[in-house]
Amino acid sequence: MFTVAKKEIATYFKSPIAYILIGLFLLMISILFWTPFSAGSGDFMIVLENMGFFLIFLVPILTMRILAEDRKNGTEVLLLTSPTSLTKIVIGKFIAMYFVFLVITVISLIYPLIMVRFGGVFTVQLAGGYLGFLLLGASFVAVGVFASALTENQVISAIISFVALLVMWMAGAFSAEVGGFLGTLLSWISLLSRYDIFTRGILGLPEIIYFLSFTTLFIFLTIRVIERRRWIQG
Amino acid sequence: MIEIKNLTKKYGQVVAVNNISFNVNKGEILGFLGPNGAGKSTTMNIITGYLPSTSGTVKVDGYDIMTHPAEVKRRIGYLPEAPPLYRDMTVTEYLKFVSNLNYVPKKKQKGQMADIMELVGLTDHRKRLVDNLSKGYRQRVGLAQALIGNPEVLILDEPTVGLDPRQIIEIRRVIKALAKERTIILSSHILPEVSAICERVVIINKGVIVAEDTPERLSMGLDRAMKLSITIVGPKDKVIEAVKKIDGVKYMEASSKTGENAYKYMLESQTEEDIREKLFFAMAENGWPIIEIKPSVMTLEDIFISVVTKGQEVQ
Repeated sequence: MFTVAKKEIATYFKSPIAYILIGLFLLMISILFWTPFSAGSGDFMIVLENMGFFLIFLVPILTMRILAEDRKNGTEVLLLTSPTSLTKIVIGKFIAMYFVFLVITVISLIYPLIMVRFGGVFTVQLAGGYLGFLLLGASFVAVGVFASALTENQVISAIISFVALLVMWMAGAFSAEVGGFLGTLLSWISLLSRYDIFTRGILGLPEIIYFLSFTTLFIFLTIRVIERRRWIQG
Repeated sequence: MIEIKNLTKKYGQVVAVNNISFNVNKGEILGFLGPNGAGKSTTMNIITGYLPSTSGTVKVDGYDIMTHPAEVKRRIGYLPEAPPLYRDMTVTEYLKFVSNLNYVPKKKQKGQMADIMELVGLTDHRKRLVDNLSKGYRQRVGLAQALIGNPEVLILDEPTVGLDPRQIIEIRRVIKALAKERTIILSSHILPEVSAICERVVIINKGVIVAEDTPERLSMGLDRAMKLSITIVGPKDKVIEAVKKIDGVKYMEASSKTGENAYKYMLESQTEEDIREKLFFAMAENGWPIIEIKPSVMTLEDIFISVVTKGQEVQ
């Protein structure tokens, strides 16, 4: 499990992709950060909420190659014919992706720290907000890994996860409009409404469990998809 | 060591492998021969657990691939048709990764990797990126990868494809060296390769086994007769008459005149029995010197083509 994770992390930091993503994300946060800061507000929560939105763009680029590339390059054979089980391989890949996400998150902590330095307060709410961000990130990464298992084309994988995340992000807003069964369905996959709880400064146990189950579900689905594909074709 | 029973693989409506069965004994090198698209790679992918079969069983060392995949995979080293390499890693990094995937204990890894790299001739290239290696060296890395974890069984899918002649000889030498303590299945569509390395050959065409035997016996022809091309100095008709009297001779015909009073003949025996000695004494009695005896064996190419076309006629 950690063999795969370690290898993938090394791959990301050896290639420019990790650095480009980190740079891109920091640029986005910087722009966001300017708004409350220039207005003299010390409220980082608004930034945090928007950071969640930017993950929709960031995560698909991060995860697009994680399984698709193995399939395209034929290295999938190596992994699947090794004594290491598929579950361990997929979890290892997820851990690697989440690690890169964590690195980005840790670097983004610079901004709240700047605020604290200039008179803001690092509140419990903010810590809770970051917890929400970490949970949201796990769910996003799981969706991204899942999308990468669906195709051997990285671009298609990125588009699938981008669209999926966008739908999940906006589902909450639509669910009230649509109503009925479809509305209920949409509210189930609404990540934003759960994330909002955190950025409002509330630490909700149901939401924590929701995000963790969501992540687990998509890791499980990833494993199933790969298994199923092997049964159907070659 | 490897038991394959009634193995079938269908891709939708297409039957890639149709009810094949064969065994490979411990320590044996089996050549798996067939034209492109015959089902070789599919069969190998099933044996190694990469693909599930539609029906039938594969057992390695008594373990069924479907019920005990980890046990089977631990015992098999697999070199697929395209070596599964990560190009952004150095040879050492890559082999270390494979060692970890195969649960080779940390303490043993270094020594094992050094031995394997020495064997396949990669020691001087161990610090290079896989991406910067030539095709031949990448193939070696692929072979090295299959050897990690010291598996008892090696499945090699066209191990010499795309190599230059010198490298081919080199890789064959390595495979032969490996064969001493391992069971090997080697696929190829290059026939001399199989006859050079393998003790037994399975020929597959369109998903069906069409022949199975040692390369030598296959070379004798499928009808099991021994064919000789001989040149004898002596009167043609009398020679034929005398030869036909020898026990076991089925057929004798002069094919060409090669010198004054010397004729070339084609001779076929009835069975696998070697009639060359009898032939010698019979001719010596008459004072007709034999100046050439050449077993006229079918090359594996001939066999291959005859077997494959025969299969088509049946269909």
